[in-house]
Amino acid sequence: MISSDPKQVKAICFDRIHLEGQTGLEVARKNGAYKFLPTVLKDFDSDHIVDEVKKSGLRGRGGAGFPTGLKWSFVPRNTGKPTYLLCNADEGEPGTFKDRDIMRFDPHLLIEGMIMAGFALGVKDAYIYIRGEFLHEANVMDAAIDEAYAANLLGENILGTDFSMNLTVHRGAGAYICGEETALIESLEGRPGRPRFKPPFPAVEGFYRCPTVVNNVETLATVPAILEFGGDWHAEIGVPNNTGMKIFSVSGHVNKPGNYEVPMGTSLKVLIEEYCGGLQHGTVPKVIIPGGSSTPWLTAEHYDTPLTYDAMMKAGSMLGSGAIIVMDETADLIALTRRLAHFYAHESCGQCTPCREGTGWLERTMNRVEAGQGCKKDVEVLNDAAEHMAGRTICALADGASAPILSLLKHFPEIVEERLMENAE
Amino acid sequence: MSEVEQVHFTEQRLAEIDALVKKYPSARSALLPVLHMAQEDFGYLPMHVQQLVADTLGLRLMIVREVVTFYTMFREHETGKYRLEVCTNAGCMLNGADELVQHITKSLGINVGETTSDGMFTVTEVECAGACAGAPVVQINNEYHEKVDASYMDAFITKVSSSEEGGQV
Repeated sequence: MISSDPKQVKAICFDRIHLEGQTGLEVARKNGAYKFLPTVLKDFDSDHIVDEVKKSGLRGRGGAGFPTGLKWSFVPRNTGKPTYLLCNADEGEPGTFKDRDIMRFDPHLLIEGMIMAGFALGVKDAYIYIRGEFLHEANVMDAAIDEAYAANLLGENILGTDFSMNLTVHRGAGAYICGEETALIESLEGRPGRPRFKPPFPAVEGFYRCPTVVNNVETLATVPAILEFGGDWHAEIGVPNNTGMKIFSVSGHVNKPGNYEVPMGTSLKVLIEEYCGGLQHGTVPKVIIPGGSSTPWLTAEHYDTPLTYDAMMKAGSMLGSGAIIVMDETADLIALTRRLAHFYAHESCGQCTPCREGTGWLERTMNRVEAGQGCKKDVEVLNDAAEHMAGRTICALADGASAPILSLLKHFPEIVEERLMENAE
Repeated sequence: MSEVEQVHFTEQRLAEIDALVKKYPSARSALLPVLHMAQEDFGYLPMHVQQLVADTLGLRLMIVREVVTFYTMFREHETGKYRLEVCTNAGCMLNGADELVQHITKSLGINVGETTSDGMFTVTEVECAGACAGAPVVQINNEYHEKVDASYMDAFITKVSSSEEGGQV
């Protein structure tokens, strides 16, 4: 049970995931799923819901951290076109694995959040775009949705109200870029996932050029608690401007990798030492990638940084999706950077030249450096290519591709130098 | 022109596709899900299967091809019966994925991207599977296997190889 006292809250999205049988509707309902939904559908109106979500301070949990209530308020009313709600369950950012646990352990929480969001936005058709590899999770969601339809929680006249909404699970097919919201929309329209130029933003012109809201799984799964306990309650959790709980997916060189939902503002060090059982080797991490592979690296000096959007930005990185990749002294940073360079080259959709060509340059150069076939000029090549990609493309993939390279060169120039010198001798 | 193989969806599949198409504003949105279905039914997506999908949804072949070639999970070529897809991205790499790939390819006597001569196993490296707490992760025919090590893979390979020989599976 989620506590109504914000100081006592232990979990929001993960409140019920450890309960046995939670994927089934009957058990989920016994544990509180859909309990507050009738109140929302009968007593709340759209403006009230959007206001509560605004008040809550909830920021998008998919990576960008954009205020959810504000995003919802951008949707134009009375356009004569349908409004669509898309749940982004593409979860492809290396290091991220939180949405998977919500979907496979508590699918009804996501469905409930989507019904409430859909009601607020006047949505008739909503979709969950789930990465293709998550077949098991898609099946769990499908089964839960079938049960929800049978119980009149989805479909026509939900719970006897005027509100009707359909919900469909849609599987992607293995393209990282489809986690970018406009690429996701392209993909859902049956095309290759090539991001669209913005503006227009999806809120105005999205799925089939209609108003569309794209929200991450964790974001939507937070909505039921916000509406039940109030926006002010949520705003009391965490720290100002970075409110609520957040799931952190911790992987790499920690003793207990996994998902941990903690109040925003918890320090990186506390998360790693108290929740994740510390490092596999040594006491201080060599590198921490705080928000997924696309975010700039932090080093030991930032070990105490609070886990908030603002503090991470101040430290020179980003909170991103909360995917924390930890590396201890044993990590081969050159090999890791080469591997990430390969990833971005593989996943570049190819429509913007700086990214299509740049990711290839980064990968080829890193291959050379790692193999001990590099030369001093390669440092210049890497810097030059990375700097000419970031910010010069339609989407942020190029920025993400640059981040590991620029981080390596900034924090560990001596390691690169050493590798190049080995060759020179 | 050589004889083109004729393939069809079953009646049941066609009914499923009909129901699916109705869930979207346009039939084109059903393209990815229908390609998943076709791949499930026919094993992979050679040109005549892509043509079938195009005809079924009323799309031009080029539209289908553009999608098939863009997405990693759509396969235009036959693979082994068991696809061993090892994630070698950051989280898995830090936990021994490269060594695991080496072990698997060495014990099967093939390189990454190849299929064993008996058509049983194909080994590939894939991008982040989104299950990094279970690193290293191996997807075997769409099923996640987590915290996999060399002995786990040895046991799996031995198990399916021997049950094949015994005519089971």
